[in-house]
Amino acid sequence: MRKIAIYGKGGIGKSTTTQNTVAGLAEMGHKVMVVGCDPKADSTRLLLGGLSQRSVLDTLREEGEDVELADIRNGGFCNTLCVESGGPEPGVGCAGRGIITSINMLEQLGAYDASENLNYVFYDVLGDVVCGGFAMPIRDGKAEEIYIVCSGEMMAMYAANNICKGILKFATNGKVRLGGLICNSRKVDNERQMIEQFAKLLGTQMIHFVPRDNDVQRAEINRKTVIEWNPKCGQADEYRALAKAIDQNTNFVIPRPLPMPELEKLLMEFGLYN
Amino acid sequence: MLDGTTAEIKPREALRINPAKTCQPIGAMYAALGIHGCMPHSHGSQGCCAYHRSHLTRHFKEPVVATSSSFTEGASVFGGLANMTQALSNIFTIYDPKIVAVHTTCLSEVIGDDIPMMIKKATEEGIIPAGKVVIHANTPSFVGSHVTGFASMVTAMVKYLSESSGKTEAQLKDEPQLNIIPGYIDPADMRELKRIIKEMGVKTVLFPDTSGVLDLPQDGRYRMFPSGGATIEQIKSAGDSVGTIALGHFASHPAAEKLDEKCNVPCALLELPYGLTNTDRFIHALRNHGGVDVPGTLGEERGRLLDAMGDMHQYFHGKRVAIAGDPDHVIALTQFLVELDMKPAYVITGSSGNHFEQRVTEILKDQAPEAIVKQNSDLFALHQWIKNQPVDLLIGNTYCKYIAHVEKIPFVRFGFPVLDRMGHRYFPGVGYMGALRLMEKINDALLDHKDRECPEETFELIQ
Repeated sequence: MRKIAIYGKGGIGKSTTTQNTVAGLAEMGHKVMVVGCDPKADSTRLLLGGLSQRSVLDTLREEGEDVELADIRNGGFCNTLCVESGGPEPGVGCAGRGIITSINMLEQLGAYDASENLNYVFYDVLGDVVCGGFAMPIRDGKAEEIYIVCSGEMMAMYAANNICKGILKFATNGKVRLGGLICNSRKVDNERQMIEQFAKLLGTQMIHFVPRDNDVQRAEINRKTVIEWNPKCGQADEYRALAKAIDQNTNFVIPRPLPMPELEKLLMEFGLYN
Repeated sequence: MLDGTTAEIKPREALRINPAKTCQPIGAMYAALGIHGCMPHSHGSQGCCAYHRSHLTRHFKEPVVATSSSFTEGASVFGGLANMTQALSNIFTIYDPKIVAVHTTCLSEVIGDDIPMMIKKATEEGIIPAGKVVIHANTPSFVGSHVTGFASMVTAMVKYLSESSGKTEAQLKDEPQLNIIPGYIDPADMRELKRIIKEMGVKTVLFPDTSGVLDLPQDGRYRMFPSGGATIEQIKSAGDSVGTIALGHFASHPAAEKLDEKCNVPCALLELPYGLTNTDRFIHALRNHGGVDVPGTLGEERGRLLDAMGDMHQYFHGKRVAIAGDPDHVIALTQFLVELDMKPAYVITGSSGNHFEQRVTEILKDQAPEAIVKQNSDLFALHQWIKNQPVDLLIGNTYCKYIAHVEKIPFVRFGFPVLDRMGHRYFPGVGYMGALRLMEKINDALLDHKDRECPEETFELIQ
């Protein structure tokens, strides 16, 4: 079983990219579980066809500690399994602890047991690795591969670099490795070349360049992944290509985060500051 | 004090009043003290550690050693890695234990400190000297109770230490060894279990074992690490044992199951050996798994208990009893009270777990089917039920004395903690002899009460 965590700046398209990629892997015949680690609980909306799912923490709050796997895990597109960790309302409580609680609960309930025959587990994690809770998915024995979703925008690259600092900390003591950057294009000048270079400096690769296409939005309005909404469109093939690249990836590294001046130099070189 | 408690019961959900449980780390700290040469370490603020130590000291009347990561505001913002590293360095330099058993606290759990990573890092950096061991258990107090913490630390012993050495079955059969996981019981109880085991002639590893750690004789010298406790080597060898007898569903079964999973050691999952039936079951399991006969001396002890149960039946028969305490203790004690022909009326624990209600209800189904049985309950609820329909006897830890005082009911102290009496530190409650002692305490409480309160016309020399 391969255990993968997806990180990236808020709003960059982690959940959209994760679900579309998972659809590609599921279409190839893989058994995939997606664990949404976002208090908004919107990480599995496209796979499930709507925000119908009750989150782990809602279930815990309403039914106490005797929760069963069937209460918190739903079947989605192409036999994918979907779990939403959930969390507190904005501005209260501790979302990080929520992630710790729900991943512990999934382990106790045997969601990762060999008998589940999973090929992939995806953790879709909110924003930066802001506290210990958000690092839970990459602790020893949990996710072993990380992909960072970014674009050619400076703040997205800055966030990606910051996430690499988090990975570095866990990678030196455990098995977690960076598998690559997924560029979710924002149509920035020289975007592909810049992210390829950025990946190279970090010691990793750009595993796929996902072009910007309004079909993604159209599929989202229909509460579907692109592959389900229109399997024949070009964007569906892009996600299939990303799924294939992840499936065949063997390039796993401990990243070398860049110091700030170097990151700024990169942006200068590729013309953003002109 | 509790004069204000009303008989009228109003619904309440998110409120516990006078809880019948305490923090997870207290159990973890107690379990850790059952390893020889162990320093329990509290990863959190100093206040947690100070409270846990003093609570244990108030029950055992012995000094309880433990160290703390001494979190400050900075540690809670930046994570506890630096504090842990410094603490481990200090502990091994100053106190030189053989093993450090780390448990977490609410604060370190909420900020999400990754303890295995910290231990690994300290190992790589050479902070943990060669030959020394650091183990850990996660003990957030906002779930479970001190019993959960105890169970988690015992399970951690298995996870970190127990190993199968690859000895062949024939080699093991030559000198078969049994594991006993005793549960959250007092040092005197562990000492009694070892006496019974010795009488039976079975080779065992008992872990954790706090006898010889928290019941030391006074000889004028202080030892930070006394001679008692299960050694690291013994716990390691538990993976090679022919079987495990685990006493108590909540405190001991998880570790036994882990040992079965990790080292393929089959386990007998029993209840705590309080009373006749549960001691019978324990001795039966020792005989079966150890391949030995029960010596006549134990048969005689059993016979004396039976004799007393017959002699004193008239005083026990039909008496209504309220019981509060930790789930394993309460389950086993309820069984004994049924054997004494008493009528448990209210049976509660502050810990959570459906097994408690199922098991107690099963035990009471013939003798007291109308009893109220509740997990995750509290002493306030118990008090209100008593006000509505009184009982003849209350059994529980020291905190129950407030109810006994205001309701003027006979009270027997049992379980953890007992802060205001001394007997539990020296005299066991387990086994046939322990059962006799429990009987004596119950009988004394009932008859003392009658002697004191009854009108002159019913006052008798022989009650």
